[in-house]
Amino acid sequence: MKKANVAINKDLCKKCAICVHFCPKEVFTIDQDGYPLISRLDKCTGCRLCFLRCPDFALEVETELDD
Amino acid sequence: MPSDDYKQYVAMDRLPSIWCPGCGNGVALKALALAFAELEMPPDKTLLANGIGCSGRVGDYVRCHRFHGTHGRTLAFVTGIKLVRPEIKAVCLLGDGDCSAIGMSHFVHSARRNVDIVTIVINNYNYGMTGGQFSPLSPYNVITSTSRSGKAEPDIDICKLADLAGANYVFRTTIYHVVEMKNYIKEALGKKGFSLVEIVSPCPTYYARYNKIGNIIKQLEWLKDKFIPIEEYNQMKDAEKENFFWRGRLTNRDLPDLYQHTRRSRG
Amino acid sequence: MTIKKLLTGNDACTYAAINAGARFFAGYPITPATEIVELCSELMPVYNGNFIQMEDEIASIAAVIGASLGGAKAFTATSGPGLALMSENIGFAAMAEVPCVIINVQRYGPSTGIATKFSQSDVMAVRWGSPGDHSLIVLAPSSVQDSYDLTVEAFNLSERFRTPVILLSDAALAHVREKVEIREPGELNLYQREKPSGPVNGYLPYGTLHNNVPVMSNFGDEHILRVTGLVHQESGYSSDNSQIAEELVQRLARKIDNYQEELPAPFFYGRQAADLIVVSFGISARASLEAVNTVNSEGFKAGMLELRTIWPFPRKKVKELCSGAKKILVVEANHGQVREQLISCGFPPEKLRGVNKQNAEVITPSEVLLALKEENS
Repeated sequence: MKKANVAINKDLCKKCAICVHFCPKEVFTIDQDGYPLISRLDKCTGCRLCFLRCPDFALEVETELDD
Repeated sequence: MPSDDYKQYVAMDRLPSIWCPGCGNGVALKALALAFAELEMPPDKTLLANGIGCSGRVGDYVRCHRFHGTHGRTLAFVTGIKLVRPEIKAVCLLGDGDCSAIGMSHFVHSARRNVDIVTIVINNYNYGMTGGQFSPLSPYNVITSTSRSGKAEPDIDICKLADLAGANYVFRTTIYHVVEMKNYIKEALGKKGFSLVEIVSPCPTYYARYNKIGNIIKQLEWLKDKFIPIEEYNQMKDAEKENFFWRGRLTNRDLPDLYQHTRRSRG
Repeated sequence: MTIKKLLTGNDACTYAAINAGARFFAGYPITPATEIVELCSELMPVYNGNFIQMEDEIASIAAVIGASLGGAKAFTATSGPGLALMSENIGFAAMAEVPCVIINVQRYGPSTGIATKFSQSDVMAVRWGSPGDHSLIVLAPSSVQDSYDLTVEAFNLSERFRTPVILLSDAALAHVREKVEIREPGELNLYQREKPSGPVNGYLPYGTLHNNVPVMSNFGDEHILRVTGLVHQESGYSSDNSQIAEELVQRLARKIDNYQEELPAPFFYGRQAADLIVVSFGISARASLEAVNTVNSEGFKAGMLELRTIWPFPRKKVKELCSGAKKILVVEANHGQVREQLISCGFPPEKLRGVNKQNAEVITPSEVLLALKEENS
């Protein structure tokens, strides 16, 4: 099982919400300002699809193997 | 691979980009930078050349050699670069209008000469920078700012065209299919000769709005549903094919490239 | 060593380019420049250079610019209709500061005109064919020897100033065969473009200026190069800042216009401080000189100015050498394109007489002679 950490850079995010809608595990919700909010990090499998699909380099996913 | 390696190819300090929210250009740029990183391409032997238009600005966010010429002519400029500096890995990233309208002749001849260039065409079905006019690649009957009652002209399949002209490698994918996109850009970078990777991309600001496709999410879902693997597509009946587009690898061969041709007679 | 050969103007340009170090030619066949394309197809492989016949003139000059950015001395050759197509990327080369040489063998125009016939009517087209404020260099040879010498000079100037340089030949000069002294590379002063030597990190392609000219690397070199036709910062990244735009566009002009003493100066023949001065260029200067020599041998006091640099127009020299003249005859095979430049130098139109020809034939010495005699009577 992988552990992952997701970081969002609001300076770069343009609130397109692609990460929110295409996350297979529904890790994200949208906050009151329209930015993605990491609501269920425990569900993240570290697939990095959100990172790959983010058009604005606003999202990073770090994964590490759980011992 | 450390996950940050791709950043050595991206001018992170120049972000955010000029592109609209949801635009595919940034997604393609990231896939390209990841492919560069996985192949450990030296930035001083890597060239990103762009056409004119929204996708032409991709080069404003890279850290390798960068060329940004005149509208449609990128492949002709890079043909000259590649003849004198064959050791450079050259990527020409063009928009659909740049490549298939004003640059069509250079595109066909570069494929015919099999110039050692990876050509990535970001096809968002319209001219975004000028406000959403149709391009030769916009499908028949679609609404754009210069075809308010439907595009009257047929479109053209640049993948088949590149294959026919003599390209060594041809692949079509979409911005939705990100993993595949990165992997096949990487495969194209490993080839000699002319490669074409066509990436069908959303234009949330113009194309999607004119054609009532909906927001960027709907547009990506449309790409996901409409573009099916070429093997599946080929099995379909003709009537069924009309509702879909194919994606996948059309061509993969190893014909001599232009540089080899020009050196052949020199001994 | 120096070899003597009987060559056409087109051949002389080609040998000169090779001896000046040109190792890349891209072109498209067009009368009356085709022989340059053909000879390059033979010579470039011999000299381990590159020859490529492109799909049109737009692509030809594009490939030349690309090759130059890769570090090669590169050139192309064309004529009016091809020049029209090249104009787009000549402007790009001026903006992005890419050294390249274009040999424009003028033919009769406008449009397709008469492909095989002569004219000198591209004077303004070579200068202003491309939109936007920019400067470039145009040289006009008057003999086959001059075609050789000025082609070498064209390469030197393009490397020195990082600008397109156009050699303004013509259909007559291109095909006339004359004796040429060919100085080989060892005897030619060849300018090698300056390359960056500082640290690789933080290198700015347009950041280090030497005499207003940027010290730029080549594609594939360790100093990362960024080139665009958009207004750009010192980094080579694009910008739409109005101050950056103004500084850039003004420097593009200044880098050439302020160094005109480095460009080939006009030749002056005949009597100094003459009442009658003939101004001409290219092959028409030959007829003019013969006419001036004839009238001077008959006791006239005529002088003759042969322009060798056409653009930037050598205003200072022309004013200096012609200011005392009562009448200036401007001899050119067009409707008066150089004459217009003399007007802009401040010479009153009534002091200027155009000796023009627009029938696709060269101007003869007797035609100039007639005009000189009319003015003297």
